[in-house]
Amino acid sequence: MNAPEAGVVRDRVAPPRLLSGNHAAALGALAAGCRFFAGYPITPSSEVAERMARLLPPVGGVFVQMEDEIASMAAVIGASMGGVKAMTATSGPGFSLKLENLGYAAAAEIPCVIVDVMRGGPSTGMPTRPAQGDLMQSRWGSHGDYPVIVVTPASVREVHDETVRAFALAESLRTPVVVLYDQAIAQLTETVELPTADAIRPVERRWAAGAPGDYQPYAAGDDQVPPMARPGDGYRTHTTGLTHAESGFPTQAPAVVERNQARLLTKLQRNRARIESFEVERTGDAEVLVVAIGISARAAKRAVTAARAQGIAAGLFRPITLWPFPEDALRAAAAGARAVLVPELNAGQLVLEVERVLRGHRVVGLNRYDGEPIAPAQIEARIGQLAREAK
Amino acid sequence: MTFDTAADFDVRRYLRPERMPHHLCPGCGHGIALRALLWAIDDEGIDQDRLAVVSGIGCAGRLSANIDANTFHVTHGRPLAFATGLALARPDLQVVVITGDGDCLAIGGNHLIHACRRNLKLTCLMLNNETYGMTGGQVSPTTSESMLTTTTPLGNAEPAFDACALAAAAGAGFVGREVTHHVPKLKELVRQGLRHPGFAFIEVLSDCTEIFGRKNELGSSPEMVMRQKSGIRPDAYRDTVDTPFRSTELRTGVLATNARPEYGTAYRAACARTVVNAGQGGAT
Repeated sequence: MNAPEAGVVRDRVAPPRLLSGNHAAALGALAAGCRFFAGYPITPSSEVAERMARLLPPVGGVFVQMEDEIASMAAVIGASMGGVKAMTATSGPGFSLKLENLGYAAAAEIPCVIVDVMRGGPSTGMPTRPAQGDLMQSRWGSHGDYPVIVVTPASVREVHDETVRAFALAESLRTPVVVLYDQAIAQLTETVELPTADAIRPVERRWAAGAPGDYQPYAAGDDQVPPMARPGDGYRTHTTGLTHAESGFPTQAPAVVERNQARLLTKLQRNRARIESFEVERTGDAEVLVVAIGISARAAKRAVTAARAQGIAAGLFRPITLWPFPEDALRAAAAGARAVLVPELNAGQLVLEVERVLRGHRVVGLNRYDGEPIAPAQIEARIGQLAREAK
Repeated sequence: MTFDTAADFDVRRYLRPERMPHHLCPGCGHGIALRALLWAIDDEGIDQDRLAVVSGIGCAGRLSANIDANTFHVTHGRPLAFATGLALARPDLQVVVITGDGDCLAIGGNHLIHACRRNLKLTCLMLNNETYGMTGGQVSPTTSESMLTTTTPLGNAEPAFDACALAAAAGAGFVGREVTHHVPKLKELVRQGLRHPGFAFIEVLSDCTEIFGRKNELGSSPEMVMRQKSGIRPDAYRDTVDTPFRSTELRTGVLATNARPEYGTAYRAACARTVVNAGQGGAT
């Protein structure tokens, strides 16, 4: 595994605990310095809210259950505009409702973290069954062109660490970050060793400094991330979802729009090295490469091991950062592959991105959307078939 | 009852000069409402650095950009929800919400009733001009019955919401209504709202002369404002005089108050008790 944002989570660990993914998300948020949570009950993410309701009061934080999904996203952005690290958690139907405000956070560059636990869809779907149907929605769900970071943990420990990292990325890059995992990871309970509190160094937002008269809210330096003004610090800025100039006020002047939109849209590209994270397993000589996330990646890992035992050169590429997609790393991992298999709990979403990145490769999907996870044996059988066909 | 004059109040101190000229049409009542709000803020001596104004979408929503404070122009219908997060996270700020009748009562109606019920300290000014002005004059939840709009070409068949009755029923700590004709009274009402420790809902009857007025041949802005004035029943006269007021007339002034605990204070007190009792719960 490559090292994401050094210093956020180190290897000092506390005694083992039995934890669910949702519980780990709450603990990760708290460790990252989250002090505001607004949510609305929805299966299978409600445990995140329930944990935060208990965890925040002793540390001086605020938990509020809002009247709906839209309001909870709005309240999170409002708290963050006030300078406090903030998070919400939801599942597909709620995520759909939050998307307009997620777009606002992306456009106005307000840091926030959104946990989306994926359940069977579309619509009300299967609330208690795992799915991976929100991969494209998490990237493209709000209208217009906007940047967003999406991370996809595949274990309870990783839900914790990726939630910590989500805050680090949200705060340092002024962007919404979605922590996206399936119901199986959310409610899976496993023994984990979490990092000790002193092993986590929360990342803080860069605040505006200097004379208020000289401050331009959306003027950025080389990293394309403008320092943010905090209410009460004397800057008295304006924040809007309208397309705005460096001043923060709305504009429709084409040159100004072009310049500011270009910065917004290249902000994450410019900081890719800090954002991208992935896991590779036995890809060096892999002839059949499996690309998967979440619970499907766990099954794929076992399938790859089993295939190797039978003499098949199989490997696994697991994006931990889903968006921006770690495309260079995938190309490197797939360099010697004669076939690429993409198992996922939907009708084919991750496979579209893999096809885009690996143009010219043979890319095959393995899809399941009946509410059951893909079994390792299913993936192993498909790996064997692809290996035979490649001979 | 006597009122201060505006002699000592310089509105320019609270406006952003770079945002002039403003976006409002000639004759629009929203500018009068904005001036009354800023006058009340001045009277209360509220520090502009500690003042946060959150507004939604529409003619009223655009007003936050004109105020020299910490201003947030958010998504349609959601200013109360954004402001709830902001005020809970930053109880040191004075948070004012500016919204319109469509923003507050249609797309944002759910947030309004729950903000009233929750009773978090916020001052919400709903500027009611009976229409969606910015989008060209469609029917809104407060459009009077039989009025013409671009989406009620046959006349509005829906009854109008009484926003103040709604807010009071939902438990708002302070509810009031005023017309733009009575600027000092409006200012005093807003002052009371700003001082109120819980959620304060204030409806300002404004006028959309250019679009709604023109469509319904309601005359010039002064005519529309005078019609509003003649249509109100000051609450002080309630149940005392039957004439010259009509039975359908709108009440103005402070219409409801209650002393329920303010949500943020109550939440923080409960949290403090939790910390004292730590050991039973703690970080789990």
